[in-house]
Amino acid sequence: MGRGPAFWSAFVVVLAFALAYPLFADGYDVGNNIYFLNWTFMALGLSLIWGYGGSLSFGQTAFFGVAGYSYGILTINFGTAYGFGLLSVLIAIAIAALFAAVLGYFLFFGRISGIFLGIVTLSVTLALERFMAQTAGPQWTIGSARLNGFNGMSGMPPLTLPWFGGEISLYPDIGLYYLVLCLLVVVYLGLRILVNSKFGNILVALRENPQRAEMLGYDIRKYQLGGFVIGAALAGLSGVLYTSWGQYITPSNMSITAAALPIIWVAVGGRSDITATLIGTLVVLSAFQALTIYGSQYALVVMGLLLVFTVLLAPKGLIANAGILLGSLLDRKNGGK
Amino acid sequence: MEFVTAIVSSAYQFGDAFAFLVLSACGLAVIFGMMGVINLAHGEFIMCGAYMTVFAVNWGLPLPLAILCGSLFAGLVGMIIERVVVRRLYARPLDSILATWGVSLIASQGTLILFGPTMRGVGTPLGSFMVGALSFSYYRLVLIATALAVLLLLYLVFNKTRFGVLARATIQAPHMANALGVDTNRVYAFTFGIGAALAGLTGGIYAPTMTMIPTMGTTFIMEAFVTVVVGGADVFLGTAPAAALLAVVKASLTSWQGQLAGQIGLLLAVILVIRLLPKGITGFILKDRA
Repeated sequence: MGRGPAFWSAFVVVLAFALAYPLFADGYDVGNNIYFLNWTFMALGLSLIWGYGGSLSFGQTAFFGVAGYSYGILTINFGTAYGFGLLSVLIAIAIAALFAAVLGYFLFFGRISGIFLGIVTLSVTLALERFMAQTAGPQWTIGSARLNGFNGMSGMPPLTLPWFGGEISLYPDIGLYYLVLCLLVVVYLGLRILVNSKFGNILVALRENPQRAEMLGYDIRKYQLGGFVIGAALAGLSGVLYTSWGQYITPSNMSITAAALPIIWVAVGGRSDITATLIGTLVVLSAFQALTIYGSQYALVVMGLLLVFTVLLAPKGLIANAGILLGSLLDRKNGGK
Repeated sequence: MEFVTAIVSSAYQFGDAFAFLVLSACGLAVIFGMMGVINLAHGEFIMCGAYMTVFAVNWGLPLPLAILCGSLFAGLVGMIIERVVVRRLYARPLDSILATWGVSLIASQGTLILFGPTMRGVGTPLGSFMVGALSFSYYRLVLIATALAVLLLLYLVFNKTRFGVLARATIQAPHMANALGVDTNRVYAFTFGIGAALAGLTGGIYAPTMTMIPTMGTTFIMEAFVTVVVGGADVFLGTAPAAALLAVVKASLTSWQGQLAGQIGLLLAVILVIRLLPKGITGFILKDRA
């Protein structure tokens, strides 16, 4: 999905709409809608690990949380002056990536794959959640940042960029919207280049048949680890953006329910295509938010049903299937001419 | 006397951790070992058994009967879910994880909607006894005995009954068993039912010691995963020794640094074990034999 002039003109149109959107909307609404964009990075990372690389990682929210907490701790302690705000974003993402690299080393070099990979990553996430949830006491402070247990950490400064003659703080408003949108476009295009590069091809090859890929002389463990770390860094980016957007993060961001949500977005969207993943994530998230008005427990039941039905009826993902259908319709039309 | 107290106390803590791990994991291990399916709704089956037990107690049944009731109910629910969802996914084990995760979300949130965020539980029965200056709960001893009884029962069922023979035949060579007239679908359904019923039993028997909340299953699920991953595919060669090994780690770390250190220790142990023994303890033992 996503080739040819038709796709790219649609891409430009959608991008133009996204760019023009703040002109027609209230700054407050725009600020709220950044929420949806914040999550897409984690979903794209999961699509890379799971859809392209074939390793089912349930630990995306762990990296999300690690980066979010790191960002909070760094900025609360050192502030955001002299470009440190931007630096702490990078450090937070690097910490998440490092954590993924260490965990991934044990998993992939122990040749854990398939089901066990999912379970171990999920167990790590749950252990992190429990760890953060019990950090309520006053002894759990890092510098001047209190981890605050189950109530979560708050009061970190928003995303702050160094600029000529002073820095800009990006509260949830139009400025932050453009920044996140720009990041999303860069990450999306970057991932497209990545999955079509040699690295991406090898990831797909080892998903299809690990033995064959290995026989062709590739050390699949390194490629799996590489994909895992990139995916984790993207989840970390989501974590930092989310934390700085809401100036708040809690252990429940890493709970088993929270861990299920990215899986649902990506599975429903279509895991083996980043375009389908992106569209699916935005659609499912908006549907989830709309349902939450009636109570989040109902929304979660609907999400569960959606996951079960997707797996049973459209294992490739609903959006991906719709895309395939659309593609074949277009082809038929062209063939008829 | 001090010395005796210390010994009894360590043995008690080890036994408690062992029982918790065995009971958490056995349902999951039976389903995984037989069918290669990891059931992420495992925690919800435990919750289901616990809730049913508490309802039955409130209706006036004595606790042991109520636990049996909870276990059977969870088993029944398990067989229904196997029929509706899991059966279609045997060829795709990764997808069956996702589907059971969906089921788990529906079940825990559905329980939240139906019964509210918390429910009045039942008190822990049987009281306690003293050794030296420390007091120990009799009920924990019942838990340890139950864990051993469950292992024994599973051994008997899978090795001494006709169903056990059919089940093992189905695991080893499903098509062959099918060709020889075994209704493999029924065997799968029953195995899934047994796994779910064991989860329900765990829920029922731990119900008096816990707060009744819809997410209570998640208390068990990490320990269950860890034990199954360390153990590997076989309940007797894997789960039981894995539980014993992990119980040592958990009990010693817990008494040294607290509950959380025990859990983190478990996690580190599992990451270390899979690095060294990717097929778990089962693989290690079988390799030694071969």
